[in-house]
Amino acid sequence: MNSSAFDIAADVRAGRVSARDVVEQHLATIADREADVHAFNLVMADVARRQADAVDGDVAAGHDPGPLAGVPLALKDNLCTRGVDTTCSSRILQGWKPPYDATVVTRLRDAGAVAIGKTNLDEFAMGSSTENSAFGATRNPRDLSRVPGGSSGGSAAAVAAGFAPLALGSDTGGSIRQPAALCGVVGMKPTYGTVSRYGLIAFASSLDQIGPFATNVRDAALLLETMWGHDPLDSTSIASPLPTLVQGLDDGVRGLRVGIVEELTDVEGIDPEVRAAVSSAARALEDAGASVDRVSVPSTMYGLDAYYLIAPAEASSNLARYDGVRYGLREEGTDIGTMNANTRDRGFGAEVKRRIMLGTYALSAGYYDAYYGQAQRVRTLIVRDFAAAYERFDVLLSPTSPTIAFEAGSKTADPLAMYLSDVCTIPTNLAGHCAISVPFGSDSVHNMPIGVQILGRELADALIFRVARALEVNRGA
Amino acid sequence: MSVITSASGTEWEIVSGLEVHCELATATKIFCSCANQFGEEPNTNVCPVCLGLPGSLPVLNEKAVEYALRVGEAFHFTVPAQSVFHRKNYFYPDMPKNFQTTQYDEPICEHGWLEVDGVRLGITRAHLEEDTGKSMHMGGAGGRIHGASHSLIDYNRAGVPLLEIVSEPDIRSSEQAAAYVDELRSTLKAIGVSDVKMEEGSLRVDANVSVRRIGDTGFGTRCEIKNLNSLKSLRDAMDHEAARQIEILEDGGEIRQETRLWNENEGHTASMRSKEEAYDYRYFPEPDLVPVQPTDELRAHVRATMPELPAARRTRLMAELSISEQDARTLLSTDGLADFAEAAVVLGAPPRDAALWTTQDVSAHLNVLGGGATVEGLDPGLLVETLQLVSDGLVSRNQGKEVFAAALAGEGRPAQIVADRGLAQVSDSGALGAVVDEVFAANSAAVQEWRDGDDKVRKKKRGFLMGEAMKALKGQGNPQLLNQLIDERLAD
Ligand SMILES: [Zn+2]
Repeated sequence: MNSSAFDIAADVRAGRVSARDVVEQHLATIADREADVHAFNLVMADVARRQADAVDGDVAAGHDPGPLAGVPLALKDNLCTRGVDTTCSSRILQGWKPPYDATVVTRLRDAGAVAIGKTNLDEFAMGSSTENSAFGATRNPRDLSRVPGGSSGGSAAAVAAGFAPLALGSDTGGSIRQPAALCGVVGMKPTYGTVSRYGLIAFASSLDQIGPFATNVRDAALLLETMWGHDPLDSTSIASPLPTLVQGLDDGVRGLRVGIVEELTDVEGIDPEVRAAVSSAARALEDAGASVDRVSVPSTMYGLDAYYLIAPAEASSNLARYDGVRYGLREEGTDIGTMNANTRDRGFGAEVKRRIMLGTYALSAGYYDAYYGQAQRVRTLIVRDFAAAYERFDVLLSPTSPTIAFEAGSKTADPLAMYLSDVCTIPTNLAGHCAISVPFGSDSVHNMPIGVQILGRELADALIFRVARALEVNRGA
Repeated sequence: MSVITSASGTEWEIVSGLEVHCELATATKIFCSCANQFGEEPNTNVCPVCLGLPGSLPVLNEKAVEYALRVGEAFHFTVPAQSVFHRKNYFYPDMPKNFQTTQYDEPICEHGWLEVDGVRLGITRAHLEEDTGKSMHMGGAGGRIHGASHSLIDYNRAGVPLLEIVSEPDIRSSEQAAAYVDELRSTLKAIGVSDVKMEEGSLRVDANVSVRRIGDTGFGTRCEIKNLNSLKSLRDAMDHEAARQIEILEDGGEIRQETRLWNENEGHTASMRSKEEAYDYRYFPEPDLVPVQPTDELRAHVRATMPELPAARRTRLMAELSISEQDARTLLSTDGLADFAEAAVVLGAPPRDAALWTTQDVSAHLNVLGGGATVEGLDPGLLVETLQLVSDGLVSRNQGKEVFAAALAGEGRPAQIVADRGLAQVSDSGALGAVVDEVFAANSAAVQEWRDGDDKVRKKKRGFLMGEAMKALKGQGNPQLLNQLIDERLAD
């Protein structure tokens, strides 16, 4: 049951275990706990069984089904799956079945992975607790009274609950790393442009990136390695070949220079136990042969402000297409404008509406330069400050989230408090860099997991995996 | 300079700039691989990208960039190292994403011009963008939205590449506007980037029109006129709009900046929306596309493959074929006509004759065939051979026209037609001499009257003898030789 994706794939490829048995085991676990956790919008039991049988057929026929043979995979419900409901946890898309698969879905199926379900999220990936879902909140499997984080909370919870060893999420401001930290699993945001966004329903196009969830660093590396690489259907996809991730994962951190980002570690409202976890992670890396120092990356302090202008601005445009004309929900009206308005009023939840209005305002004539323009200048500063830090350090270290998983409902009435949950993760998205959250200890009061974040520059993905692996090996306590 | 004199006797002029939307004739759409084809079953040339389905992403068609560069070359534009796509946000059911992907402050072409009748007209910019779909309103009168029960949308046109070409406000009359569009159109066609059919909407023109008193140098408040689907409607709408504005201004009123729609049937413009109702498009850079940076190779390829442009070719044809500008324009107004004339010259035809016979007789041939008749497949050798028969004196010029028409109609080579129709002109002096002898013998009285007569009588009698000889030859005598022989006999 707690087999790694690596072990499952090895066993299935060798014919020691059938993919069908693996799927049935995971479906049984889902049947057992899903009612409490609500990780999924849709469990694709029959599709998964058919796919598993096809994998077993390949093995029986002497064909290698691929590196993820028979491994159950949970898909965030903002990834398009052909003929299968894809909702973004929004009423406005309820019942819509895409006529095509996202590039990552195709690639992973071709590698033998078995899609087992579509996971819950904050509506259109806007949120940090998976409570902004039109179809009910997801709970943290480690403590059902707490949130799993968000917006990819369903995927994080699915992996933490043993519903699937692997899951995909999308990370626009921390939506993979923050729930990974809160659920005690590994979650990684790859460098922008390394994973095709074709078929990922856009929230903020210049920030969105698909990434892996897994119970361990090696599985996450395997999942990313299998799906990334150039896609001619995504103009922002990087054309040059990408490095291998699994190979060299255990090369250690000897000689690496690690910088603890002051602005992200001394952030207001940080839980002292989280800060302590970062310090002990730093010591663990030192013990493993790295050198550690503190570093200031000043403009990251303004990351949250810039993010809450850029992301809503792009979202206000990306979400304009949900108008009741072509697909999804339609609320009739006396004319087209009224029909559009009625549909959007009923179809979108409060947080989505809030961000559409924020973004519309930020782009308006007369305000563009003061808001969107200024936010873009901050973005440039963040890139510059990170570049300066990376002249002195190979990787940076910070908390993933300022706190452990919070009580369900505790921040739903206070959007700003909720937004602060992503303060440590947002700068990476603004810079287009990569970062990974790896579990490192638990808090002493509630025994909830704490995640630390390793940040890397553009295309330093293999390096941060190596550092994350070193922390995983040396986390001891 | 074109002066409009109002009823009160004041002199005005039009100040106008044109926005021309040209559909690029690429094989596929601008951001997806759907066919770019007019007139298909509704919603058959569509895919997740041009339907704007959630999760889909645009990929720029490199051919559209190449075509824009050709336009850049043709109209003396600067093509900057980088141009950028923006999103233009507004709700419109024909537009699947409710934003149009277009270029804004960094277009692909900047600062061009073209020349019309010796006047250089500035072109501010040309930028790439995607076309929208098309609505059909059902259940109401005349397909209008007013009174319709529902609407259907065809997205086949959504994502068709457009190049919007925006002129400077350099145009001073409706004739000049039409000439500008005509020059634009023939050039766009010649460089192979568009089929420029105004009726089918592959070339669409919006006119910004204001008026000012002659001698004024400032600009008046302008109105934008839409729905112009022919050069005639462009001219009519501009003249009508100018008259409307002049009347308002002379009555002491003010022009409201607004968009007006030309009503072809009723012959006037009507307000569509005012400036206050204009959208805030909230432009911002399209994050799903990377900046367009044409490579040196592409620029070189475009330069190397540019055909001769209509303006240059017109000048050259006038010089090389010794023809008027009007004749040169006629040669260039129909596909392949100028090529036909030039090919005939290469094959040995006298240049001016080749040009004039082509403009008159090949055009006439196409008119007879009507509709879709093209020059393609017509053999310039037929013209060369016909002109040879005429210059050899085997047929008269008028007979030559008949022979050429028959040859174009597929009746055979010109010499064969001459033989079949018994048209050959008699140029044998022996045979002609015998006929003249017979005529003189049969009309000795007339010959005698010539000998006795004064100049007036002589002229008359000589003409009579010539007529009799030609009659005997059924009109096929070589007139020069015949005249010569008659003069010789009379001098005897
Ligand atoms: Zn398409």
